[in-house]
Amino acid sequence: MSHDSLADVELLSFRLGEQEFCVEVASVREIRGWTPATPLPFAPSHVKGVINLRGTILPVLDLSLRLGMEGIADGERKVIVVVQLNGVSAGLMVDAVSDILTIPAAQLQPLPELGDDIPGCIRALTLLEGQLVRVLNLSAIMPPGGSRAA
Amino acid sequence: MGTDPMAEIRAGFFAECEDLLQSLQDALSAMDEGAGDAETVNTAFRAVHSIKGGAAAFGLERLVGFSHRCETVLDDLRTGRLAPSREVASLFLQAADLLADHVRAAQEGGEVPAGETLLARIEALTGAQPVNAEPPIDFSPSLIALDFASEDDCSADAAEIGGRGWLIRLAPREGLYRSGNEALHLLRALTTLGRTGIRCKVPPDLALTEDAAEVPRLVWTIHLVGDVERAEIDDLFDFVEDVCDITIEPGPAELASERLPPEPPPAPVLAFPGPHHDRSGLPEPPSSAAGLRPEPAAPEPGAVTLRVDLEKIDRLVNLVGELVINQAMLSQSVGAAGLANPEVTTGLEAFMTLTRDLQDSVMSVRAQPVRPLFQRMARIVREASAATGKSVRLRTEGEGTEVDRTVIERLADPLTHMIRNAVDHGIETPEARCAAGKPSQGVITLSAFHRSGRIIIEVADDGAGIDHAKVQRVATARGLVAPDAALSEAEISNLLFLPGFSTAGSVSALSGRGVGMDVVKSAIAAIGGRISVSSLRGQGTTLSVSLPLTLAVLDGMVIGAAGQTFVVPLSGILETAALAPEAIRRVGPRGELLQIRGEVVPLVDLASHLGFRAPDGNARGGIVLLTARDDGGRIALVVDTIMEQRQVVIKGLGALLGPVPGVAAATILGDGKIALILDPADLAPAARSGPVPPTALAG
Repeated sequence: MSHDSLADVELLSFRLGEQEFCVEVASVREIRGWTPATPLPFAPSHVKGVINLRGTILPVLDLSLRLGMEGIADGERKVIVVVQLNGVSAGLMVDAVSDILTIPAAQLQPLPELGDDIPGCIRALTLLEGQLVRVLNLSAIMPPGGSRAA
Repeated sequence: MGTDPMAEIRAGFFAECEDLLQSLQDALSAMDEGAGDAETVNTAFRAVHSIKGGAAAFGLERLVGFSHRCETVLDDLRTGRLAPSREVASLFLQAADLLADHVRAAQEGGEVPAGETLLARIEALTGAQPVNAEPPIDFSPSLIALDFASEDDCSADAAEIGGRGWLIRLAPREGLYRSGNEALHLLRALTTLGRTGIRCKVPPDLALTEDAAEVPRLVWTIHLVGDVERAEIDDLFDFVEDVCDITIEPGPAELASERLPPEPPPAPVLAFPGPHHDRSGLPEPPSSAAGLRPEPAAPEPGAVTLRVDLEKIDRLVNLVGELVINQAMLSQSVGAAGLANPEVTTGLEAFMTLTRDLQDSVMSVRAQPVRPLFQRMARIVREASAATGKSVRLRTEGEGTEVDRTVIERLADPLTHMIRNAVDHGIETPEARCAAGKPSQGVITLSAFHRSGRIIIEVADDGAGIDHAKVQRVATARGLVAPDAALSEAEISNLLFLPGFSTAGSVSALSGRGVGMDVVKSAIAAIGGRISVSSLRGQGTTLSVSLPLTLAVLDGMVIGAAGQTFVVPLSGILETAALAPEAIRRVGPRGELLQIRGEVVPLVDLASHLGFRAPDGNARGGIVLLTARDDGGRIALVVDTIMEQRQVVIKGLGALLGPVPGVAAATILGDGKIALILDPADLAPAARSGPVPPTALAG
C-alpha cells in the first residue's frame, strides 16, 4: 500500500443524469436490473425502500437524491449497483452503468472546495478523455445505521 | 483466529467444560434429591477430573488447583469414605458454581473467585467423618512379594543418606493411548525425580499386530530412589490414573545395582498380591493381568453428539427459509401459468411437505433444552437465598423442553430477575412462614412446557402472594394511578410491570431497585413473549412467560393498506372487527377513539400513520385490528384488507437502516415481494409521547 500513488485503481463508472460517477470495483458486489422497492415508513427521501436480493433484504438508495441532485424517476431501465462496505450492503439506483476504468491513482485529484451541502460524498475527481469522472466516498454515502439521520 | 490450532483446541476444551459442568450439576442435583448411588458420584467425580486434566494441559494452574481439591473430596465420596448426604451435595453444588466461575475466569481472564472458605468446609467433610470401616483399602505398610533386600541389603542406610525408595507398578489399560498419553513419557518423567531402575514385563503371547496396537500389554515396574515425596509421584500419574493401574509402595532405598532382581518365573508375581493402595480408587481383583482387564465403563455412553458452529446452522436455517419461500413462489407461478394438472399438483404438494419437514428438522437443530438455563437459575436461588437469609429450594419441571437457542440466550436475564424477585419479595422469612403454618423452607418451582404452539415458562413461589392493597397504595403514592381508581386484582397485579414500581420496603442488594418487572417485561417482549402474573394471597405468586417457539419464524396476519402488504404478528392481535363509523369518537382536531364494548381505544389509520396515504377519513379501509401494547393498553389499527394468516420467515432490514419506528423486521412473501413486519406496540401515537398507563383508560 505504500506504493498507493503509483498503483492503478479500478473503478466502475455509471451515469446519473448528465454526470458520470464511479465507485471502486472492489466494493461492487453485483449489478442488477431495476426491481420495485418496498417503501419504508419514516425513511429519508433518498431511501427508496428495500428489495429482495436472493432472500436477503437490501436497502436501495436513490443515489441522485442522496447526492442532493434531482431524484431519478423509477423505471424499468434503471440499474441497481449493489455495493458492500465494512459489512454494510446497499443498492445504489443509477441511470446506467458505463464502463470499468483503470486509472493511475496519481491522476485522482482531491475535490476542490465547492461549498457543497453534501460534504464528503465525493472523494476525488479525474479527467478521462475530456470527461469529468467523480469518485464517490461510499463510507459517507452509506453510514451504518445513520442513513435515517442523513 | 481459525489459523491458530492451539486456540481451537482451547476453545474445544472450554466447550467441553460446559458439558462437564452440566453433568456435574446434574449429578449433584440428583444427589441433593437423595440419589447416592455409585454412578451418580462417579459422574460428578469424572466431570471434575476431566476438567482438571484439560486445565492442566493448558497450564491453567488455578483451575487445576481448585478442581484438584474438589476432586480429592469427591474421591472420598466415591470410595465410600464419605457418605453422600444433602449437606455434602449442597456444599458441592456451591463448589460447582465456583468451579464454573473458575472456568470462566480461565477462559475470559478476570478475577478468580475466592473459594477458600468453601473449600475448607468441603475438606472438613472428610476430616469430620470417621473413615468408614467398609472400604477394602488398607494403608498400613505390608510385605511385598519382591525381595530386593536379598540382593543388596542397604535399606537400613536409607535414613542416613536422606534417600527413600519407592516401588511403582505401572500397568496401562486400554484407553491410555487413546487419551493421548504415552507410557514412555511417564517413565522419563519418573527418571527426573531420582535414580530409577525400570523393568518391563512382556507377556509371552504379545503379538505386534496392527489391530492390537492400541491395547497396552506391557507392565512396568519402577524402583525409584531419591528424596522423593509420595505426592510428587502421585502428581506425575495424576492424568493417567483412569487409564492405568498404578500401585506405589515404599521400597528399598537403594537400587539393586541399577537394576531390579530377575523376574521370578510365575507371572502373577508382578501383580503385587496383597493389600495395596490402588490409585485408581476402584477395588479390583489385584491379580488381573494388564491387557486382559475389561475396559472400564466408558465415560461417554449415550447419544453421539456433534459440535457445530452456530453460524453454519444459522446459514442452514436461512437457506431453508429461502427454500420455503421459493416453494411457495413456484406453486404460485405454476398456478398462474395454468399448468396445474393433477400430476403437477401432487408433485408440488409432496415438495411442500418435504420443505416443511426440512424446515422443522433444521429448526429443531437450533432448539435446545432449557436445562442449562434452569441450572443457572438454581445457582441464582442459592445465592439469593444466602443473601436474604431465607431458606429456598428450587424445583424444576420440564427441563427437557426445547426452545430456540436465541430465545434461551435472551431469556437468561429476565428469568434471573424473576427468580431473584421470587426469593426476595415472594418467599417470606422462615419465621413468617412458620407463623403461617408453612414449612420453613420455601419452594420456587420453575417449569417449562408447550401450550398451543408457544412455550410457557413459569416461576411459581409458595410465598405470601401479592398484597394487592399495598400495591395499589404504592402505585397511588407514585402517581401511577388515580387515588380513587377502582381496580380489579388482575389490574393491580399488572401495576407491578409499570416502570419505576417497587414495593420492597427497603432496597435490598438483590432487587427492589425499581428496575424490576418493567425491565423483565420489555426483555420478554423483545423476544416476542408476553408475561402475566397471578397470585393467591398466602399461597404464592406465579409469573408466566409465554414465548414463540422460535425467533426465526413468526405467525402473522398478512394485511394490506394503501396498496402495501404488511405482516402483523398474530401474538399482538386481540381481535379483528369491521370499522363502524358510528363507533368513532373524535377528540380535538385529529384525535380519534374507537368505542368498543364500553371501552375507548385510540384509533390509528395504518396507511396514513406510516405516511403512505394522506390522512383522510373517507379513503381508509374498513377493517379494525385491535392490538395489544406492552403496557396493557390497546390500539385499534385501521387496515384495508386482511389477506391471510401464515408463518413468515423473519429477516432483518440490514445494517444500513437504523431502527424504523413501527417496523420490527421484514419478510419475503410467496410472490418474492417484501412485506414489512409491523410492531403494533411501536405504532401507537402514544408510543412517542411516553407510555400511558392502562389505568388512564380504565379509570
